[in-house]
Amino acid sequence: MLEIKGLRASAGDKEILKGIDLTVKVGEVHAVMGPNGSGKSTLAQVLAGHPAYEVTAGQVLYEGKDLLDMEPEERAQSGVFLAFQYPVEIPGISNAYFLRAAYNEIRKAKGLEEVDSMDFLDLLEEKLRLVEWGPEIMNRAVNSGFSGGEKKRNEILQMAVLEPKLAILDETDSGLDIDAVRIVARGVNALRRPDNATVIVTHYQRLLNYIIPDRVHVLVGGRIAKSGGKELALELEARGYEWLEEEAGAVL
Amino acid sequence: MSQTYLRKTGDGSGTAMAEGPDWLEPVRRAAMDRFTETGFPTARDEEWRFTPVAPIAQGTWREAAGTGRGITREQLAPFIFGHPEWTTLVFVDGVYVEALSSGGALAAGVRAGSLAAALRADGNLLEKHLARHAPIETSPFTALSTAFMRDGGFLHVPANTDLSQPVHLVFVTTAEVAGSVAHPRNLVVIERGARASVIESYVTLAPGATYWTNAVTEVVTGPNSWLEHTRIQRESERAYHVGLTHVEQQRDSHYRSFSMAMGGALARHNLHVRLSGENVETLMYGLYLTRGEQLADNHTAIYHDQPNCRSWEVYKGILDDRSRAVFNGKVFVKPEAQKTDAKQTNRNLLLSDTAKVNTKPQLEIFADDVKCTHGATVGRLDDIALFYARSRGVPAAEAQRLLTYAFAAEVIEEVALEPVRDELERLVRERLGTV
Repeated sequence: MLEIKGLRASAGDKEILKGIDLTVKVGEVHAVMGPNGSGKSTLAQVLAGHPAYEVTAGQVLYEGKDLLDMEPEERAQSGVFLAFQYPVEIPGISNAYFLRAAYNEIRKAKGLEEVDSMDFLDLLEEKLRLVEWGPEIMNRAVNSGFSGGEKKRNEILQMAVLEPKLAILDETDSGLDIDAVRIVARGVNALRRPDNATVIVTHYQRLLNYIIPDRVHVLVGGRIAKSGGKELALELEARGYEWLEEEAGAVL
Repeated sequence: MSQTYLRKTGDGSGTAMAEGPDWLEPVRRAAMDRFTETGFPTARDEEWRFTPVAPIAQGTWREAAGTGRGITREQLAPFIFGHPEWTTLVFVDGVYVEALSSGGALAAGVRAGSLAAALRADGNLLEKHLARHAPIETSPFTALSTAFMRDGGFLHVPANTDLSQPVHLVFVTTAEVAGSVAHPRNLVVIERGARASVIESYVTLAPGATYWTNAVTEVVTGPNSWLEHTRIQRESERAYHVGLTHVEQQRDSHYRSFSMAMGGALARHNLHVRLSGENVETLMYGLYLTRGEQLADNHTAIYHDQPNCRSWEVYKGILDDRSRAVFNGKVFVKPEAQKTDAKQTNRNLLLSDTAKVNTKPQLEIFADDVKCTHGATVGRLDDIALFYARSRGVPAAEAQRLLTYAFAAEVIEEVALEPVRDELERLVRERLGTV
C-alpha cells in the first residue's frame, strides 16, 4: 500500500529526513517511534503534503502511484488521512459544516453524489458514538476552544467519517489522559479493516497497549535505526531511546 | 468646492431645504451656515486623510426625488429578508413609499414610519431628539444632512415595550438616482426599559450607477433598554456613501451594532457612541468586503463619559484586488469614567498583493482605574489552516474560500437576531462564491 524509498526532506536549510525506507502492506499497523527531533512527525507531515517541507530525494508510492506528485487534497481524496499533532482551530465555521465539506469533496472526487446536511447527520450519529460524543460538538467551531484531548478526539472523528485507506496518526496520544487514549485507540481499532492500513507516530509506548502494531520502527536522526515486532515497543519503554541514539551515533 | 454643491442644491432661497416645523428652520439654517463655513473636508483634515472626497466635492449633484413609481415588490424581494410580519419601511431614492412598505404588528404606542410624515404630524416629539444628538460639527456631511434632510425612518418605542419583531428600513436607489444625492435621516428612540431591533439596508437596483448617499442616523437608548442595530451597506460599486450613526446611551442600557459594508466606490461610515450613564454595555461589530478599486472607511468613536461601562469592538475586513480600507477607532475615557472596560480589535485579511489597509487605534484615557486594550492585524490566510483543510480533501481554491468565509462568519456570529445573521452569512457566501 505504501512504499517509501530513500526519502529525504528538509525544512529550510535543515535536512530532517535523511533517507527513509519503509513499506506498509494492506491490513497492517505500523508504529513509528523515536525521540524528540528524530523526524517522525516530519515523516507524517511529508506524507500528507505539508507545505513547510521540501522533499529533496527519494520516492513514495501509494497504491503504486507517486504520492509526492499529488496535491494534499488529491492525497486525501485517494484515501490518505493525517491526524494532526496540533489540529488547527478554525473559528467561524462549525465542525459539522467543515466535516461535511470535506466528506462531500472526497465523494465528488470519487464521482459520488454529495450528501445533504440531514443525511450527513444520520451518518454522523454512529461515528460520534465511536468517540463517545453527543451531537453538540458538531455545532462548535472547528477545534476552536477545544481542549487538547477534544482536538485529538475530533481528529479521530474526522478519520471515522472520511474512512481513509491509509491513516497516519501523528502523536495523537501525546498529552492525553488514559481515558482519552482509550477512546482514541477504540476509534482506531474500530476502523481497522483488512483493506486499509495505519501508521502510528508516537513518542510513547502506551497507545500500543491498546493498538497492537504489526511492525515497530525507531527513527533516530532522520533514519530508521531499528525495526522489529511489537516487542520492540516494550523494549523501548524499558530501555529508553539512548542506546539506539548511541548506536546510531557510532554509525554516524 | 462647496459652492458647486450649494449652487445645485441650496440656492439660498430655502426651497431646497425641505419644509418642516418652525423649530427646525433655525436648526437647518445653522447647519447650512456651518457647511458654508467649512466646505467639504480635504486630505489635510486628519479625519479624512486616507479618504479623498474630491469626487463628491467636485461633483454636481441633483437632489434625489424618488417617487417609487414603476418599482415593484418583486424587484425589492432580493433585499427583503426575515419574516413577513416584520415592519419593512421602503424608501426609494430617498423618499418613503408606502405602497412598497409593509407594516407589521407593532405593540401599542410604537411608532414606526416615515420621518417626513412624523415631522408633519408629531413635531413636538421629534423636537427633543431630531438633530439634537448628532452635532453638526461632527463632519461637513453631518451638517449637510441636517440642512437638507427630507425623509428617513422614524422609530419610537415607548417605555417597557418589547418590539418583538424588528423594523427594517430599506433605502433603495434606482437608475433615476444617477447624478443625484439623497440625505436619508433616521431617528430611533428606545425609551426606558424597552427592547428593539432595527436594520438599515442601503441597496440598489442600479448596480452601475454613480450617485451619492449621505445618511445620518440618530439613536437614543433610554435607561435599561436594549437595542440591536444592524446596518447593511450594499450600494452600487460606483456610488459614494457617507454615513454617520450617532448613539446616545443612557444608564444600564445595552446597544449592539453590526455594520456591514460591501458596496460603494467610496464608503465611509462613522459610528459614534456616547455612554452618558453608568453601567452601559456597548458592542460594536463590523465587517467590510472590498474588491476592485473600492474604498471602505470605518471610523468609530466611543465616549466613555461615565464609570462602570463596558465597550467591546471587533471590526474585520476582507480586501481583494486593488481595494483599500481605512479603520480608525477612537476610545475616549473621561477622568470620572473609572472602571471602564474597553476592548477594540481590527483584523484585516488581504486576498491580493495590491489591497491596502490603513488602521489606527486612537485611545485617549484620562481615568486611572480602567482596562483598555486594542489590537490591529493585517495579514493573509494561514498556510497551516489551508493545509489542514486541503489535507481533508478540500481543493485549494475552495479551502481559501472556506477559510475566508470562516474569518467573516466569526464576527457575524455576534449578531443576536438569527434571521439577520443568516442574511449576513448569505451575503458573504454570495460575494465569495461559496455555497
